Amino acid sequence: MTQLLTIGKALNLGLRRAMEDDAKVVLMGEDIGRLGGVFRITDGLQKDFGEDRVVDTPLAEAGILGTAVGLAMRGYRPVCEIQFDGFVFPAYNQIVTQVAKIHARSRGRLAMPIVIRIPFGGGIGAVEHHSESPEAYFAHTPGLKVVAVSNPVDAYWGIQQAIAHPDPVVFLEPKRRYWDKGEVDTDATPDPLLAARVVRAGDDVTVLAYGPMVKTALQAAEAAAEEGRSLEVVDLRAISPLDLDPVVESVRRTGRCVVVHEAPVTLGLGAEIAARITESCFHSLEAPVLRVGGYDTPYPPSKLEEEYLPDLDRVLDAVDRAMEF
Amino acid sequence: MRELASRPLSAAVSGMTTEVVDPVPGAGAPHLPRQTGLVQLLTPEGERVEHPDYAIDVTAEELRDLYRDLVLVRRWDVEATALQRQGELGIWASLLGQEAAQVGAGRALRPDDTAFPTYREHGVAWTRGVDPLHVISLFRGVDNGGWDPVATGFNLYTVVIGAQCLHATGYAMGLQRDGAESAALAFLGDGATSQGEVNEAMIWAASFSAPVVFFCQNNQYAISVPLERQSRVPLYQRAAGFGFPGVRVDGNDVLAVLAVTRAALAAAREGQGPTFIEAFTYRMGAHTTSDDPTRYRLASELEEWKLRDPIARVKAYLSRTGTADADFFADVEARADELAAHIRRGTTEMPDPPGTAMFDRVYAEQTPHLAAQQAQFEAYQAGFEGSHR
Repeated sequence: MTQLLTIGKALNLGLRRAMEDDAKVVLMGEDIGRLGGVFRITDGLQKDFGEDRVVDTPLAEAGILGTAVGLAMRGYRPVCEIQFDGFVFPAYNQIVTQVAKIHARSRGRLAMPIVIRIPFGGGIGAVEHHSESPEAYFAHTPGLKVVAVSNPVDAYWGIQQAIAHPDPVVFLEPKRRYWDKGEVDTDATPDPLLAARVVRAGDDVTVLAYGPMVKTALQAAEAAAEEGRSLEVVDLRAISPLDLDPVVESVRRTGRCVVVHEAPVTLGLGAEIAARITESCFHSLEAPVLRVGGYDTPYPPSKLEEEYLPDLDRVLDAVDRAMEF
Repeated sequence: MRELASRPLSAAVSGMTTEVVDPVPGAGAPHLPRQTGLVQLLTPEGERVEHPDYAIDVTAEELRDLYRDLVLVRRWDVEATALQRQGELGIWASLLGQEAAQVGAGRALRPDDTAFPTYREHGVAWTRGVDPLHVISLFRGVDNGGWDPVATGFNLYTVVIGAQCLHATGYAMGLQRDGAESAALAFLGDGATSQGEVNEAMIWAASFSAPVVFFCQNNQYAISVPLERQSRVPLYQRAAGFGFPGVRVDGNDVLAVLAVTRAALAAAREGQGPTFIEAFTYRMGAHTTSDDPTRYRLASELEEWKLRDPIARVKAYLSRTGTADADFFADVEARADELAAHIRRGTTEMPDPPGTAMFDRVYAEQTPHLAAQQAQFEAYQAGFEGSHR
């Protein structure tokens, strides 16, 4: 059955289906029960599944993740909502020192099938700590898997796949795109969780993006086409592990690559990708891999976020530089 | 569904007002905090005394078993310290002086309960049937603990201070959902009570009335920092602020620890929610083999605590009451010698792990990237075959 869904609603339906499929799935977070979450992603779930499966937690992010570890040890599959990206840091200790390591340190005797849902990124005119892009911190941590969805189809299937996945998954949701709509076939066979996808074919420059920047990259490709330039856009989908096979194939054809993300460029995902593309495609490259990202400043007050965030023009500027190199 | 029990918040000292340990934190030389409201069933002199709230009925055999546990655990500890000094272990965190707190708490657990230790709970490990060599392997740098946490009901050691208190609480929430009549026992030290995560764990445990007991071994020092820098009130009184009972027990009295922990675990299993136990004890040795306690505490303090030794009092009681004879004590010594030999031989013969072990089980579902890295590592290592690296 095909439905027209927003990313937010697709997540809600995906969570519902995961809870129906597996009684061990427990949702935990601040305001996720009675209120349905500040973005209403869990709307109606507590009413239908009860307070033991959709838990309104005390206001303590370390507590959410730390108790999720204990629940996982008892055989549950906790899905933790962090209300906003900037509030994940009180839980950072539990995520990095415990969640990420327990499978390895227990030699596989203790599984940590925990999903950490984080609405991330800017562009909603919020006050500070509500617009962060913390993905590199998690991608740098062995033991975690990190994904970012960009559309309703991946939101619906991805959240279910992440919950069923045996490893801890940091699941990044593009908060400013929560209301973007798309057709979702709820009977389809989904793409794998950890695979990149070419979302627009092209020949001149390969543009890589994930989460909210996929739409920006596609807009840039549209505009470039009007100028006779053909951009291939890849939605990375998985941030850790990166699936670079389709990227390498693409860059060997185009010889040029631009990586786009909202996070600050220094030591961001773009840096790792540039290094790996250089190793794999050195003889095919016509230009260095270029990065378009946030500046190396704290996320600015919202009146400045349009200047801070990569947009269509900044992507095209990088494309120009890659072509002129 | 989970009503908070109407238990007194200070079971040991009902009606007591808050007592300030030291109104000027850190003032003066390190000193012993006053001991108040201490649950005790066996005095340092080995006299059995009664406590109105904590009767205990132990058979002669159980008493002898407890004594044997205490002696064997101490022998393990002494042997491990020696092995570290001889370069066989990277480090050792000694439990010397805390044997009664750990054996008492460990023996209060039922097989279906689960313990969440710090990195010093060797005595609890012993009571859960963990092979000492599986603990030693961690301190030798072979692995992160070789025992099966599920089969033993004894979770892996946690080195990040206090992090395990949240795991115990979450596990207890799982027990609730499963309708299981068992409990979680979280271990922590006096220093850990300052950690945010420990306080969060107590808030969660209270809010959900989770079947978890917080067992705090107050050994008076967080490495070098005395209790007064962590708290201006006795630790057990903190529990009242979270809304559940706090009890202070003589941590060097194995009977009292057993009785108090049994009662707390029983209350937890029955749905009465958490309890905080402060086992008042003393770390007779260094924080770890890398530490030098002479820099921060007085020899006289150590001498005073020697008089409260957790093993001597049980031996005195067993001897004086005729519960054990010379043959029994000789047998315990012989078993201790055997254990020490097992530990020594097992440690020195313990093989190093293969280099590829670090890639094992990073993920339940291996990533292609890490598999490629491992292949690269193996190829690199193979280049040295035949040579000595």
